[in-house]
Amino acid sequence: MKKYLERITNGLLKENPVLVLMLGMCPALAVSTRALNGIGMGLSTLAVLVLSNLVISLLRKVIPDQVRLPAYIVIVASLVTVTELLIKAYLPSLYESLGIYIPLIVVNCIILGRAEAYANKHTPLLSVMDGIGMGLGFTVALTLAGALRELLGSGTLFGTRVMPAGYEPMLIFIQPPGAFMIFALIIAVMNAIGIKTRQRQLVESGCDGNCALCAAVCDQPKTAPGKIAEAPKAVPLAGKPGEAKPAETIPVKPVPDAAKPAETKREGGAEA
Amino acid sequence: MNQSLILIIVTGALINNVVLNQFLGICSFLGVSKQMKASASLGGAVIFVMTIASAVASLMYDYILKPLNIEYMRTILFILVIAALVQIVEMFLKKKSPAVYQALGIYLPLITTNCAVLGVALNNVQDGYNFIQCVASGFGTAVGYTIAIVLLASIRSRINEKDIPAPLRGAPIVMIAAALMSIAFMGFGGLSF
Repeated sequence: MKKYLERITNGLLKENPVLVLMLGMCPALAVSTRALNGIGMGLSTLAVLVLSNLVISLLRKVIPDQVRLPAYIVIVASLVTVTELLIKAYLPSLYESLGIYIPLIVVNCIILGRAEAYANKHTPLLSVMDGIGMGLGFTVALTLAGALRELLGSGTLFGTRVMPAGYEPMLIFIQPPGAFMIFALIIAVMNAIGIKTRQRQLVESGCDGNCALCAAVCDQPKTAPGKIAEAPKAVPLAGKPGEAKPAETIPVKPVPDAAKPAETKREGGAEA
Repeated sequence: MNQSLILIIVTGALINNVVLNQFLGICSFLGVSKQMKASASLGGAVIFVMTIASAVASLMYDYILKPLNIEYMRTILFILVIAALVQIVEMFLKKKSPAVYQALGIYLPLITTNCAVLGVALNNVQDGYNFIQCVASGFGTAVGYTIAIVLLASIRSRINEKDIPAPLRGAPIVMIAAALMSIAFMGFGGLSF
């Protein structure tokens, strides 16, 4: 049970398709002019993603490896056509506002990406959960961006006025440039939070941020020492180098040099 | 007639820029624009494929889907046409002009998943363009894509030399640059014919 739930949180946060993996940016940027559009697009993609993951996972032993991509595209395109006709029939106003981006779900990188990276290697149930997680992550990101753009650009939220009457809407946010701007800011905020938590983890695990001298396996990209000096915020030279790396690094010469800035930086970090 | 064709090309390339205004092909726009040379090659490949794809899609729609009354099948048909077309173009170039093939390299197959190509084909039939208008629209849009990606690549090569605050590094700063480009391209909206 736990691994099924883990799939959902993975899609929502750790591997959020839009904000972390940067997949499916086209519809995300295009339809997030209103919060409601974000939900509509997110849920349509969720439906297609869950079904395509299910079908591809069921057929994963049947489809020959050489023609798998064309096969996936046909499966996804059929599902998208079904979804499009359903939306057209039951939610005509949503169909109007999403327009061409509904058929374009076919070429949404999230769907082919998940088919290729997950569904063709895992059981149907796990694939469905993965689809739900990824779809929810997409929906949340789109709704968040849509809500922010709607709030700043027209002073409303889900169509109801929330800003005071004197608020002059910043029209730029519901126009194309605002889409790039809002997503840039959301990703920047997420990066800032990520850097903060990683900083804390690094200090706890005793990493001195100097990857060149470190033999431990970590998910940090190996950065050259020069880069670290440039970016004290990203990787603070905090921690106790002696504890993290026993015996083998102590005879290395640079350690005393590296320890000095580490000492001062750590004090600064403790205050903050 | 001539004037309307020019209008379609200019609209596709500048006023209604496919990347900065319609948000199609963002993946490759953000992903490939790291290098100038790669961006220019991709732009060339997109011009090539998008023009042909628009033409073929238009013919398919007019002579197959419409007579059979199955317009709703357009998404499936167009994506298959584009995938097959990219494959054919790739094989043709490999045999006839290896130099161009070498220059385009990996970017040719990547175009299959470029939503701009499918987007233009779908937009064309939605706007009810005839065959020649479809070709003009495909060409104009592809030129617009090339302009946008080459401009962004040159901006990024300057961004790389600057000291940017840590949280903004990578995607966010590129998107802010794209936002400013988009504001600049909104200026073309004032063009009148």
